[in-house]
Amino acid sequence: MQALQGRIGLFWSGLLMAAVLALPWYKGGATLASALSEGVAGRVWLLPLVGAALALALLSVATRDWRVHPAGAALVGAGLGWLLLQGFGIGLRGPVLPGLGLLFPTAQSGQPGFGWGAWVAGIALIGALAEVLAARGFCRGERFAAFSIIGIVAALSLFVFFPILKLMSAAFVGPDGTLALAPFLNRITASDLWSVGCLTGAGRCGVVINSLVLGILSAALATALGLALALLVARTDFRMKRLLRAISILPIITPPFVVGVAIIVLFGRTGIVTVEVAEWFGIRPTRWIYGLPGILLAQVLAFAPVTFLVLLSALEAINPTLEEASTTLGAKPVTTFRTVTWPLLRPALAAAFLLAFIESLADFGNPIVLGGSYDVLSTKIFFAVVGAQYDLGQAATLSVLLLTLTVAAFWVQTRWLGRASYVTVTGKSDAGLVAPVPPLIKWAAVAAVVPFVVFTVGIYAIVLIGGFVKDIGRMEMAPTFGHLWTAFSFEINANGLQLFGSAWNSMITTLWVSALSAPLTMAVGILTAWLIARQDFTGKRAFEFGTLLSFAIPGTVVGVSYIAAFNVPPIDITGTMAILVICFVFRNLPVGMRAGIAALAQIDRSMEEASQTMGAGGGRVLRDVVLPLIRPAIFTALVYSFVTAMTAVSAVIFLVSARHNMATAYIMGRVENGEYALAIAYSTVLMLVMVACVAAMNWAVGKRRLGRRTGVTGTAQPAE
Amino acid sequence: MTQTAIEFRSVVKRYGDATAVAGIDLAIGKGELVTFLGPSGCGKTTSLRLIAGLELPTEGQVFIAGRDVSRDPASARNVGMVFQSYALFPHISVLENVAYGPVIRGTPKAEAQARAREILEQVGLAGLESRLPAELSGGQQQRVAVARAIVQQPDVILFDEPLSNVDAKLRRKVREEIRSLQRRFGLTAVYVTHDQEEALAVSDRIVVMDKGRIAQVGTPTDLYEHPANPFIADFIGDANLIRGTVAQGRFTAPGMALPVSGPDGPATLSIRPERITLTPGGPDRVVSATYLGSRMEYTVAAQVGEMLVSRPIFEPRLKAGQDVSLHITDTDVSRVA
Ligand SMILES: Nc1ncnc2c1ncn2[C@@H]1O[C@H](COP(=O)(O)OP(=O)(O)O)[C@@H](O)[C@H]1O
Ligand SMILES: [Mg+2]
Repeated sequence: MQALQGRIGLFWSGLLMAAVLALPWYKGGATLASALSEGVAGRVWLLPLVGAALALALLSVATRDWRVHPAGAALVGAGLGWLLLQGFGIGLRGPVLPGLGLLFPTAQSGQPGFGWGAWVAGIALIGALAEVLAARGFCRGERFAAFSIIGIVAALSLFVFFPILKLMSAAFVGPDGTLALAPFLNRITASDLWSVGCLTGAGRCGVVINSLVLGILSAALATALGLALALLVARTDFRMKRLLRAISILPIITPPFVVGVAIIVLFGRTGIVTVEVAEWFGIRPTRWIYGLPGILLAQVLAFAPVTFLVLLSALEAINPTLEEASTTLGAKPVTTFRTVTWPLLRPALAAAFLLAFIESLADFGNPIVLGGSYDVLSTKIFFAVVGAQYDLGQAATLSVLLLTLTVAAFWVQTRWLGRASYVTVTGKSDAGLVAPVPPLIKWAAVAAVVPFVVFTVGIYAIVLIGGFVKDIGRMEMAPTFGHLWTAFSFEINANGLQLFGSAWNSMITTLWVSALSAPLTMAVGILTAWLIARQDFTGKRAFEFGTLLSFAIPGTVVGVSYIAAFNVPPIDITGTMAILVICFVFRNLPVGMRAGIAALAQIDRSMEEASQTMGAGGGRVLRDVVLPLIRPAIFTALVYSFVTAMTAVSAVIFLVSARHNMATAYIMGRVENGEYALAIAYSTVLMLVMVACVAAMNWAVGKRRLGRRTGVTGTAQPAE
Repeated sequence: MTQTAIEFRSVVKRYGDATAVAGIDLAIGKGELVTFLGPSGCGKTTSLRLIAGLELPTEGQVFIAGRDVSRDPASARNVGMVFQSYALFPHISVLENVAYGPVIRGTPKAEAQARAREILEQVGLAGLESRLPAELSGGQQQRVAVARAIVQQPDVILFDEPLSNVDAKLRRKVREEIRSLQRRFGLTAVYVTHDQEEALAVSDRIVVMDKGRIAQVGTPTDLYEHPANPFIADFIGDANLIRGTVAQGRFTAPGMALPVSGPDGPATLSIRPERITLTPGGPDRVVSATYLGSRMEYTVAAQVGEMLVSRPIFEPRLKAGQDVSLHITDTDVSRVA
C-alpha cells in the first residue's frame, strides 16, 4: 500500500515536471518553449512554478509520504495559486494587475494564453491537491472521489461561472478597464428596453417588455395546449394517443429553424396558405406572420410537447381513488374535476408554465427567423455582438437582464416543485378506473388539439417534401435532388473521395462535436450525479445548485459569455473545436446528472461499499458496480447530449468559425439568404442522421443488455 | 486474549453537530467474536463502519493489526464486511461475486475463482456458482455474502445485523452457522446487533453501547450476572432494580436487608427474575400470573415495589391475589450503583 501511494505521488509530480520542462507552455508555442526556457528567456514569473515542481518532486522522493507533509500541501496550494495569478494577472498586452507589472518589469510585453504545458500543469496540480486533501480525510480518504470533485468544481468554475462573471463585469466596466456605472445605468434604463408604447398605442415596445409578453403568452398557450394533450391521453378514450405521443418527441430532434422556415413557407407573404387565401377570399397578402404571431405560433408548437410530458406524469401520478371517492360521494364529473383533479394539478401547471417561460426567453432560433422587427432579448444580444457595431457592454447588459429573468423563474420553479410533492400520492392504482373528464372539457381539449396536430403534420410535411422539390415557396413541385446535391455533392476520382458540397464542412464538424461531446457530457454528468448521491463533502449543496443552475442560463448568454471570457489569454480558445465541445458538455451536464441521480436513488448504496471493502477504489467501484446497474440512465444522457449537440443553435452561433462551422449555424445562414429549400433539405438530412445514430446507439446498448441473463430484477433495473 | 487485532483509541465520530460515537477505547483480540450491542441509534453501525474505513474518525485513532489506519480509505484496509442487505452484485454470478475481492487485489482470475470455489464449497454452496444472486434463497444469499467477505482472509470480518433479513425461525440456525464458520477459520469478528439474546448466544465478549459511548464490556456471563449499571442490567435480560442505602456492608430497603460489598451510601441492586423464589403465605401479594409455556411469570407487589419473578413450569403454580413471600440471598443480587 505504502509503495503504491508513493507511486501515485510520483505520477502527479512527474506530470508536473513534464508540464514545466518539456511541453510548450504557451498556446502555439514551439515544442521546446517550456516554462523553464520561457522563464530563463525573460518571463521570470514562470520560474516559481518550475521551482515548485522541482521541490514537489524532491519531496515525493525524499519523504515517506509527501501527501501528509505540510510542505506538500503548501507547495501544491502555492503552485496552483501562482499558476492562476500569473495567468490572469499578466495578459497579452502586459499586466492586468499593476502590482505584477512592478514586480516583473519584463511583464510589460505581455504573454500569450495557456498552451499544453500550462493545461497539463493545472491538471497535475489539481491531482496533487486531491491527493493532499484525501490524505487528510476529505471524501473518507477516497482519492478518486476527491479528484473528481475538485476536477469538476474547477471545470465548472472555469467554464460556467468564470464566463458569467466576466460577462457581468463587461456590463459594469468601461473599455479602459475602470468601473463605469454610468454607462451601465444609461443602458439599463434605455427606453428601447422598457418602453410600453405598443400597449398604449404610442409606438413600439422595449425588448424587455417584448420578451416578457412573448414569454407569458407563449408559456400560457403552451401550458393550455399541453394540458389538453395530457387530458386526452391520460383521461379519455381518444383514438390518436399513440400519434400524440409520437408528435411529442418531434421537437426534440428538430433543428430550431425548421419549424420557423416551414411557417414562412406556409404563411409568409408568398406562402402557400397566404396565396390560396388571397385567391379565394381576396385578402391582400401581408407580412403579418413576422413578429409576435409567428414566434408565438412556432414556440407554442415547440413547447407544448414539453408541458405535455410534465402534465402527463402529474396526471398519471394522481391516485384515481381520490377522484373515485369524490364521484361516489355523488359529485358530478365537472365538480370532481374542479374540486379534486384541478387543485392536485395546479403545482404541475405552474411548473410547466415556468418551464415554457424559461424556454421562451432563452429561445433564439424562432425569433431570429420569424421576429421581423419584433426584437427580443436573445436576438438583441446576438446583434449587439454580431451586428454592425460590436458592443460587448450592451450585449453584457442585456445578458444580465435575461439571466436575471431566467434564473428568477428557475428559482421560483425549484421552490414550487419543492412544495408540490403532495401531488404524487401513490402512483397508478390497480383499480384502473380513471375518472373520465367531463364532456365539456373533453371537447374543449379536442378543439385545441386538432389544430395542433394539423399544424404539426402540415409543418413536417413541408419539411419532408420541401427539400426535394424545386421551390416549395413558389409551389414549384417538380421533384429534384438539386438542393441535396448543392449541399452534399461529392466525387470519387483519382484523388479518392472528394467532397464538394457546401454543407460537408459543417456536417462533419457537427458529427465530430456531437460524437466528442456526447460521451464527455454523459461521463461528467453521471460522475457528478454519483458524487452528489454518494459522497459527503463540504460545500455539496452549493455544488449541486451550481450544476443545476447552468440549466437556467440561456444559450445566448452562454455564447456571449464564452466570447467575453475565452477570446483573450490565458484561455483563448475561441475559434477552436474545443470550445464547441466544452460549451455542450457544460450546457447539457444537468440532464445526465438528473438521469444519474434518479437511477442511483434506486440502487442500494451498500453494494458500492461492499466493493470498497474488497479493495476497490472509487473508479473501480464506478466501473464494476455503478455503471452496469444504471445503464439506462447512461443511455438517456448519451442520446440527449448527442441530439442536443446536433440541434442546438443559440450558444454555438457565437462560437462557430469559418473553419469549424456547425450544421445549425450553416442552416441559419441559408435561411437568412432566403435559401429555404436548401435549409430544409439539410435539416432533413440532419434529422435522418440523428435518428440513425440514436438507433445505432440503442442497438449497441440493447445488444449488450441481451448478452447478460435477464433474471436480474429489483435494484438492477432502475427507472429511467 | 493473545494479540490485539483491532484497537480504538479515543475515537470520536461527528456528523455536523450530531455525535454518533462519543469517545471509544477498545481492544479486540485476534480470533475473538465481539458484539456491539445497544439500542437503535447508539452508534453501533458507525463504530463498525469506522473499522471498515467507510467512515473516518473525527478524532482519535483506529488500529488494525497494529497499524494506524485512521486515514486509510476502506479500499486500503483488509476487512471483510457482511451487509444487512447482503449487497451482492446482482449483475454477476455467485462465483464472480466471491472472486471479486481477490481479482481487485491482483490475484489472477483463474486462481481467484479456484479460491472462490473452495470457499463456496466450505459454506455449503457447491454447485450454485454460476447462478445470479437473485436466483438464490435468502439464506443462500447470506452465505454468499459471508463467503465473499472471508475469501481474502481479512484481518477482521464485520457483520451488521446479519439476521435482520432472516426468517425468525431460521435465526438460531444461521447464527450458529456464522459462529461455527468464525471458529473454523479462526476469524476475528465484530458483530452488530440490537438483540440481546442474539448477542449472548454468539459472542466471546459483548460491548454494550449507549448514546455513542461504551457502557460495559464483558463476556456474556459477566454482563448478565454482574451488570455495571442499571442501564445494562435492564438492557440485557430482565432485571428488578431496587433502590436503597448501604451502611457498614448491609443494604437496606423497605422490607429487605442483604449483605453487599462496596462503599456506603445510596445504592441500587439488580435482581434477575429467575433468582427470586416464592413461597405461599407472607407479606407480599401476587398481582398477576402469566403462563409462558416454558415458565411462569409473576408480578408481585412487595414492600420495595413491584417485582418481576420467573419460575420453572414444574413448580407448584401460584394464582393472582395469593399472598406470598419473596426469598432473595446475597448471591442472587449484584450492585449496579
Ligand atoms: N451519515 C450520517 N449523517 C448524519 N448522522 C448520522 C449518519 N450516520 C449515522 N448518523 C447518526 O449517528 C447516530 C448513530 O447511528 P448508527 O451508528 O447508525 O446507530 P445504530 O447502528 O446503533 O442504530 C444516529 O443518531 C444517527 O442518526
Ligand atoms: Mg445500525
